[in-house]
Amino acid sequence: MIGGLFIYNHKGEVLISRVYRDDIGNRRNAVDAFRVNVIHARQQVRSPVTNIARTSFFHVKRSNIWLAAVTKQNVNAAMVFEFLYKMCDVMTSYFGKISEENIKNNFVLIYELLDEILDFGYPQNSETGALKTFITQQGIKSQTKEEQSQITSQVTGQIGWRREGIKYRRNELFLDVLESVNLLMSPQGQVLSAHVSGRVVMKSYLSGMPECKFGMNDKIVIEKQGKGTTDESAKSGKQSIAIDDCTFHQCVRLSKFESERSISFIPPDGEYELMRYRTTKDIILPFRVIPLVREVGRTKLEVKVVIKSNFKPSLLAQKIEVRIPTPLNTSGVQVICMKGKAKYKASENAIVWKIKRMAGMKESQISAEIELLPTNDKKKWARPPISMNFEVPFAPSGLKVRYLKVFEPKLNYSDHDVIKWVRYIGRSGIYETRC
Amino acid sequence: MTDSKYFTTTKKGEIFELKAELNSDKKEKKKEAVKKVIASMTVGKDVSALFPDVVNCMQTDNLELKKLVYLYLMNYAKSQPDMAIMAVNTFVKDCEDPNPLIRALAVRTMGCIRVDKITEYLCEPLRKCLKDEDPYVRKTAAVCVAKLHDINAQLVEDQGFLDTLKDLISDSNPMVVANAVAALSEIAESHPNSNLLDLNPQTINKLLTALNECTEWGQIFILDCLANYSPKDDREAQSICERVTPRLSHANSAVVLSAVKVLMKFMEMLSKDLDYYGTLLKKLAPPLVTLLSAEPELQYVALRNINLIVQKRPEILKHEMKVFFVKYNDPIYVKLEKLDIMIRLASQANIAQVLAELKEYATEVDVDFVRKAVRAIGRCAIKVEQSAERCVSTLLDLIQTKVNYVVQEAIIVIKDIFRKYPNKYESVIATLCENLDSLDEPEARAAMIWIVGEYAERIDNADELLESFLEGFHDESTQVQLQLLTAIVKLFLKKPTETQELVQQVLSLATQDSDNPDLRDRGYIYWRLLSTDPVAAKEVVLAEKPLISEETDLIEPTLLDELICHIGTLASVYHKPPSAFVEGSRGVQHKRLPPRSGSNESTESPDVAPSATAQPSEQQPAVIPSQGDLLGDLLNLDLGPPVNVPPIPSSTVQMGAMDLLGGGLDSLMGDETEGLGGDLSGSPAIGAGYGTPAVMPTSLNAPIGGGLSELFDLGGMGMPSGSFVAPKTIWLPAAKAKGLEISGTFSRRMGHIYMDISLMNKAMQVMTDFAIQFNRNSFGMAPAAPLQVNAPLAPNQTIEASLPLNTVGPVMKMDPLTNLQVAVKNNIDVFYFSCLYPINMLFVEDGKMDRQIFLATWKDIPNENEVQFQIKDCHLNADAVTNKLQSNNIFTVAKRNVEGQDMLYQSLKLTNGIWILAELRIQPGNPNYTLSLKCRAPEVSQHVFQAYEVILKN
Repeated sequence: MIGGLFIYNHKGEVLISRVYRDDIGNRRNAVDAFRVNVIHARQQVRSPVTNIARTSFFHVKRSNIWLAAVTKQNVNAAMVFEFLYKMCDVMTSYFGKISEENIKNNFVLIYELLDEILDFGYPQNSETGALKTFITQQGIKSQTKEEQSQITSQVTGQIGWRREGIKYRRNELFLDVLESVNLLMSPQGQVLSAHVSGRVVMKSYLSGMPECKFGMNDKIVIEKQGKGTTDESAKSGKQSIAIDDCTFHQCVRLSKFESERSISFIPPDGEYELMRYRTTKDIILPFRVIPLVREVGRTKLEVKVVIKSNFKPSLLAQKIEVRIPTPLNTSGVQVICMKGKAKYKASENAIVWKIKRMAGMKESQISAEIELLPTNDKKKWARPPISMNFEVPFAPSGLKVRYLKVFEPKLNYSDHDVIKWVRYIGRSGIYETRC
Repeated sequence: MTDSKYFTTTKKGEIFELKAELNSDKKEKKKEAVKKVIASMTVGKDVSALFPDVVNCMQTDNLELKKLVYLYLMNYAKSQPDMAIMAVNTFVKDCEDPNPLIRALAVRTMGCIRVDKITEYLCEPLRKCLKDEDPYVRKTAAVCVAKLHDINAQLVEDQGFLDTLKDLISDSNPMVVANAVAALSEIAESHPNSNLLDLNPQTINKLLTALNECTEWGQIFILDCLANYSPKDDREAQSICERVTPRLSHANSAVVLSAVKVLMKFMEMLSKDLDYYGTLLKKLAPPLVTLLSAEPELQYVALRNINLIVQKRPEILKHEMKVFFVKYNDPIYVKLEKLDIMIRLASQANIAQVLAELKEYATEVDVDFVRKAVRAIGRCAIKVEQSAERCVSTLLDLIQTKVNYVVQEAIIVIKDIFRKYPNKYESVIATLCENLDSLDEPEARAAMIWIVGEYAERIDNADELLESFLEGFHDESTQVQLQLLTAIVKLFLKKPTETQELVQQVLSLATQDSDNPDLRDRGYIYWRLLSTDPVAAKEVVLAEKPLISEETDLIEPTLLDELICHIGTLASVYHKPPSAFVEGSRGVQHKRLPPRSGSNESTESPDVAPSATAQPSEQQPAVIPSQGDLLGDLLNLDLGPPVNVPPIPSSTVQMGAMDLLGGGLDSLMGDETEGLGGDLSGSPAIGAGYGTPAVMPTSLNAPIGGGLSELFDLGGMGMPSGSFVAPKTIWLPAAKAKGLEISGTFSRRMGHIYMDISLMNKAMQVMTDFAIQFNRNSFGMAPAAPLQVNAPLAPNQTIEASLPLNTVGPVMKMDPLTNLQVAVKNNIDVFYFSCLYPINMLFVEDGKMDRQIFLATWKDIPNENEVQFQIKDCHLNADAVTNKLQSNNIFTVAKRNVEGQDMLYQSLKLTNGIWILAELRIQPGNPNYTLSLKCRAPEVSQHVFQAYEVILKN
């Protein structure tokens, strides 16, 4: 199991060090070994797991802060990284951004958290909802016996993510379907790979211990239901989507999903991620990028890029940005674009073309002339792909929320009384076209 | 909050000030002071002097302050054990506190204080807490048992905590169950043979129920524990699989990977005809692909595991090639792993796409990545025959780019393509020759020289080309030298008239001017061959080479199976068994996949020792051409660092080329063992290098086989055996020697005993002035020369040394007989340790007794000196046994066949002149041999028997 956990600043000074196991030996040696061999290493880090003198170090970086877990045993590596991410989440939810300043300001809190969420190197309950009930930095004020046992039963309980007795005047929930669409396209317009990774993020403000059921146009569910009335299945079959794989927040009853493919759960209070999914079939690619690069002699490049929007004309895409890489020996660039603004950014070696808004079924174009300095560098320019960023108000996977039902038998509000908001946002993930 | 101010106090007299503040009456001031202490502790200042003052603050109802004091205690209690006792009372009192949070805190902290006296007091509170009414306290107490076990295992057993822990598996609270499982699994690991976690269908059922209800971490503990269970039949395996599959949809990647581990393992038991088997295979792919959308670090872990899964069951991901395409801004470690998997998945169906991608990658920036991409193109050519032509033309395109490292890499892979498809692509040789001058890396130079030698008859100026290399012969790396030697001999055999001078030159360079034993050995062999029988030389050197196999980079099957049992863990990330990187008893236990039920494959009995089950030399043929010819394979012996063999006196040449070769190879194997561990999957050349050369006398197979099995049994604690060099074991841990770690092994080469040691400096200062001395011992072993450690040993550096030994030192009988006490001195101190040497180090080369003398001696030794042993589970025939033993200086004097049994009569002699006579009875079909030993000094018999066992089983 995890033998120790260190947090360093960018200079390699240790800000937090907590040792859980005797086998990692001298704390100083372990702390120094990581600093010398990883943080101060001359070469770029080649692996997130480093073995130094039979000791293994796992690290993640958040801005310029290094978090490192140390062990001498054959630990579950995936668990260690999941834990480190979780640790970051917990810290972020307690004091915001993970920075040297914040860590120094909250070091007592961090030690207290580390004591609670890692025991002898074994991760324990790390749901912030539960932790915040008893790790507060204000000292536990004399709690009643009931309060105490409520805390402990929540921390260890089956529903560790929600406490009892939550009350809202207005029962409300917000459902965001956030998708990022990823594309790799060849210069000829052939889709090399495309997938959507989506997340359903929920903000729930519901009283009591509500039982929720979430439904979407999952092909498997729709086909199962449609068996009775063949008419309907043909109709709805068009709108259903094939989900390659999905994963759920720990509140979702996985065995029920496995057997009935229904998504039922008692939600945590506040914001959390209900599910993640991935689709690869019938993806709506919101934009098509058509590049044209021509080398004119050894000192000039001509670039023309056309983008086409491919969705309903009534919808508007936002925050569109096209990034056209330029060679390292670029000396000057002239750009002409039909819409938006384009600029050559020498520090980023790219032409950045920004368009605020663009409706569906439209087309726009940019052309640029790139002057190059003559070099004797034998190595060819690698021609990185043209990448794109955007945001569209629909789900490129075609996912639709069919229902989200709320039942709370103990309290007197029904599904109708809950105010529900649903929103779809499609963003570009890695959306690249090779040129 | 501005706690950061605590980090900045660096005044003098700080400790004194803090002391005053700690003893202040004001609560707030006290708390501030403790915070300052903790901050100083964090940045590495020694604040242990404040121990009594801090402990005084422990009695408080302020929970925050209490936690800080506890933190301090955990850090310094060990250095102040007497004062730590002061805290005991508070702990015991806190364990009775009405607040469950405080009870748990006390028991949690107390377990972290590693002071013997405190652990005594811990038992009673712990016993109470294990039965506490509050689940939070129980789950903390469960972990505390593991802590206590780490400090004092005996105490935990005596106090009956293990039984209480077992009871907690049936607890009503899922988190208590999970922590109890975690604690029990950890304790069970350090008692490999105990039946501590006796998993039976009832407990499994309880675990599966808890699995649905506990936290994500708890699910991981339970799944990892489930993976150690062996279901009794395929139906039980299936029912567990059915209940584990829902976990594949968990958001936590570690839960998913642990579930995959359970499924991959239990799937072994399911019949392939079962519908469920197919369903399960289909269910595994999507979650594995989903893992690739996690954060990069987790992607890396996932990819390393997928690499194993793809090797074990290629069918799972065969349609998912696209998801492994490299993204432009993937971190380099993700890119390299993806590339590896792409090649494994490449098939005729997707090769066009793969090649297009690889060509794209070959133009990227990162040198390692580009190299790997180029190499991958070559591997595709070898793997998918239909694509070979396209691959070759792609490689030629890349050579035209003239980017130095691309060209070199391309030439290395083209060499392999030549070996796979002889007489097909030789037309490109001209293009390759154009780039001769730009090659500056040994591997590329060696590959090019091989090509020139191999196709000398088609290259007009082959002699000139090779001659140009010869000029700087002594500056070349061993790899290139060996290759050049072979290439010129080939050239000579093909064009004898023009190249006589050249071959003379290279032979004399290799044999007279070089102090590399391998080069000299090879030089002498060629010289002899050429001078005694040129026709035979031609047959040997220019023999037809076997085709190289498709996948030379596969992980050896037994290791792969073991790694599959470790999916998700560090072992699967390193692709090494845990014993290779975990110290002590933990993880040394080898895990194995369950046998497939319902199949006729012979299932080995489970009680076979792990080291004995691995017989890689027999399972190898799939990967290595077992009948490779001498040259082809010797060529590939990839000598990294110069081999650590002390110069051999020239007289040994008279022993004949064969022995020389044997010895050279053995030491090679031994020295390579360590480096190979990390690189098993890396270079395809290494695998091919260990083939058994056909021209060698069969007796040499034994040590090679031995080397191999040791190779794949890295760090195995087995007794090191005969003429191969066993992996080094740690003799002196760094903790006991102020940072100096010594590991080593013994070997016998050319009739001399060597102690091969590595000295590793784990301290912060440089070490110099090493010297070594032995205590008197049973066989008078003593260093024949001083310990040669020339350079000072810098921190974190390792030096290998080989110490020649003789047996003329002072004698004193030791217990055990082969015990050797050693003193090592350096500039810091003198350290003592003891180690055991395998007795077969002492078996001398002239241990063959005359038949008549054998008979007389056998009768002469009194019968009470005869000892009988059983050698179990050995599957060799009499000839193989004879050969194996002979190469370890155990000589077969006579062989008789009595009623279908083979009786081998053998003799051996120890360095001090003691003769041991043996009778080995082998019944065909019976894996158990009977060994009778007769000796005038019967106390050595036990050791000799052990030597037999180790030699035969490796």
